[in-house]
Amino acid sequence: MKQRTGIVLIVILLLTGLSIWVVLPDNPGLHIGFLGLDRSIQISQGLDLQGGIQVLLEADLPEDAEIEPAAIETARKIIENRVNGLGVAEPLVQLQGSRRIIVELPGLQDEKQALDLIRETGQLEFIDVGYGFVAPGTIVETDYVPGQPIEESVEPQFNEEGNPIYHTVMTGEALKSASRYSDNRSGLVEHQVAFELQGEWARFFSDYTASHVGQRLAIVLDNEVLSCPEISERIPTGVGSISGNFTAEEADALSIKLRYGALPIPLRIESNQKIGPSLGQESVTQSVKAGTVGLSAVLVFMLIYYRLPGLLADLSLVVYGLLNLAVFKMGSLFMIILAAALLIIYLIERRDTWLLWMSLGIFVVAVILNIYAITLTLPGIAGFLLSTGMAVDANILIFERIKEELRAGRSLRSALRTGFDKAWASIWDSQASSLIICAILYIFGSNFGASIVKGFAITLAIGTVLNLFTAITVTRTLMSAVFETGEKRLANKRWLLGI
Amino acid sequence: MVDVVGKRKWFFLFSGLLILAGIGTMIYSAVTTGSPLPVGVDFTGGSRFVIHFDEVANEGDIRSVFTAQDLDPTIQQLGEDDGRTWQIRTSFVNPDQVQALLNALSESVAPLDRESSRYDAVAPSIGSEVTQAAALAVVVASLIVLLFIWYSFRKVPHAFRYGACAIAGMVHNLLIATGFFAVMGLLRGWEVDALFLTAILTVVGFSVQDTIVVFDRVRENARKRREPFDQLVNRSILEVVGRSLTTQLNAMFVMTAILLFGGASLEKFVATWLVGMVSGTYSSICIAVPLLVVWEKRSRRRPAGARA
Repeated sequence: MKQRTGIVLIVILLLTGLSIWVVLPDNPGLHIGFLGLDRSIQISQGLDLQGGIQVLLEADLPEDAEIEPAAIETARKIIENRVNGLGVAEPLVQLQGSRRIIVELPGLQDEKQALDLIRETGQLEFIDVGYGFVAPGTIVETDYVPGQPIEESVEPQFNEEGNPIYHTVMTGEALKSASRYSDNRSGLVEHQVAFELQGEWARFFSDYTASHVGQRLAIVLDNEVLSCPEISERIPTGVGSISGNFTAEEADALSIKLRYGALPIPLRIESNQKIGPSLGQESVTQSVKAGTVGLSAVLVFMLIYYRLPGLLADLSLVVYGLLNLAVFKMGSLFMIILAAALLIIYLIERRDTWLLWMSLGIFVVAVILNIYAITLTLPGIAGFLLSTGMAVDANILIFERIKEELRAGRSLRSALRTGFDKAWASIWDSQASSLIICAILYIFGSNFGASIVKGFAITLAIGTVLNLFTAITVTRTLMSAVFETGEKRLANKRWLLGI
Repeated sequence: MVDVVGKRKWFFLFSGLLILAGIGTMIYSAVTTGSPLPVGVDFTGGSRFVIHFDEVANEGDIRSVFTAQDLDPTIQQLGEDDGRTWQIRTSFVNPDQVQALLNALSESVAPLDRESSRYDAVAPSIGSEVTQAAALAVVVASLIVLLFIWYSFRKVPHAFRYGACAIAGMVHNLLIATGFFAVMGLLRGWEVDALFLTAILTVVGFSVQDTIVVFDRVRENARKRREPFDQLVNRSILEVVGRSLTTQLNAMFVMTAILLFGGASLEKFVATWLVGMVSGTYSSICIAVPLLVVWEKRSRRRPAGARA
């Protein structure tokens, strides 16, 4: 065996060892302090495997209405914050296109809890705090129960910890409009939020302010005090303002919150889905069984039909499977490791420049996609199994070529070289066309809200790239290693080569 | 030597008949049901419940729970567990109503196994949007693959034709797979859903691979020696047919295993794949490449000046 082939073989072995470590089900994760690396390495299961709830929300505005990207992004963030409060393992809140938000709550089974949380538009309350000042940002408890009429009682109440339960005077339903109002009467610009109440509430507010002059009325959103102005005089018209040293942006944000609740745009539920956890678990068990049977059949067939090369193909198929699972678990990080391995192999061999191009390609794609981990779904698993079964295709193309060259009377070594180079043209063209299709499916999947298609395109693309990768590294190096060491012995045992 | 190219008329006839049968089924369905393929809630909008009861349930009880809520359900028994698993389809159910329905089912039909149940509710607008987008994706993918092959084979005369024939093969596979689904829809009530879309897109993704491998061999052989184009193509086909069949066999091992052991939820998906992939191998050898021969022959009969 040539020394170079030996070194490349070691690189491949190291890479395989690394992928085995990554694929181990109880992988401890990476925690390297000085590199700032701290992540767990786990298979991320899609909703259809784990069970859980998926809700697709759409802006409840006319089709042709312009939706500000910033507004829907704010809505997404607010929902994400609320969802994080649920304690679900890996919630997903993503924008889809320009007017939809998809929320996935794996493992959650109580859809009412989920839906309430997502739909709740932010509860605005005006509360009676008496003469004391309550600092903005304070979390308070009130006697208002959503969906129930406002309590008449004004008896002071306290909760178990002795904190006051404030009386709610009005809720956000009383508001007719709210907007920023900038005032520079005093020479300094002061931003306030002006609001107007609906007819009936305007009368109520007039009476209330008349009888509470000098006291404070706190404005509370989702139980957090926004501001705590003093009632300086009766407000007869139902028109008032909230002041509180706001910047223009803060005043804008507050007026939006007052108008729409916490969400800057109204959302409606476009579709929702709930999957029981046992259902998904059963699918996983079945797929594992199907995969074991199917891939074993491929391994046995290759061994019988191609003999020694078949054994090598089986080995590279196993490496392919491991690398693929490792990419599923580690996303872009493992792809960068692959790119590095290709670069190292190129530097050792200094022969084929396309190794360099591939290394660069994988690196760029890994950085652009920036995948943390691939979420496995049921069709994703099926796709992985199929692409693994088809990954032997590259090997078959190479073997058939080598056989032809051998039959044409070439020596083993030169048959290996020419056979591989000729097969590579076909492999590259056919895989490249699949990659192009993947790229288009990916773009279409991210633009049109078809997340299944997008996920599938990524899975297929990774399979295709790894197929190219194992063909030019693993298969080729293994064949060089075996043929270079066993050239003389093999010359008399051509049946081993399947000829 | 087996003459594949010489028998091309039979292959074209065979494929034509299959595709016509598929299209005929789609037309028949379109006339009788209003849609060429039976479509599921993913596309029409509506709600679908798959409910697993702990005890045997009967259709009448389930129906009355839904009709009490002013819904008109389509109820179907699933699986072989003697009436414990049911699929119920209705118009779009408000999420708040779902909980009420499940509680009512649990009380007046039989206790529910919520862990093994699922429901989907989809508003109608999504489906048509996704379908249009998928169709657009296929068209764009075809054009770009056409350009890619055109470029890849630029040193061969009429490289454009290679691309066009590969795309023709792809469309062939698409029609066969869709036609198969239409027939199954008619016979077994299969419904188009997001998985079907994924299966079709996979067929598209893998389709041109086989064809390109054959074209590649044609390109290589054309460089080596001069011989009539149809002989050259035929020899190229025979040289790669071993690889095509072996690869196909391996793919079939996996797909058959998923079909047998992968559970009901993947059945339709993998069956569509299987048909599409078999069609892919067949069409690369018997349709796409012979089409190229027809095209080349036709232009060669014309005077030299008329050549593209």
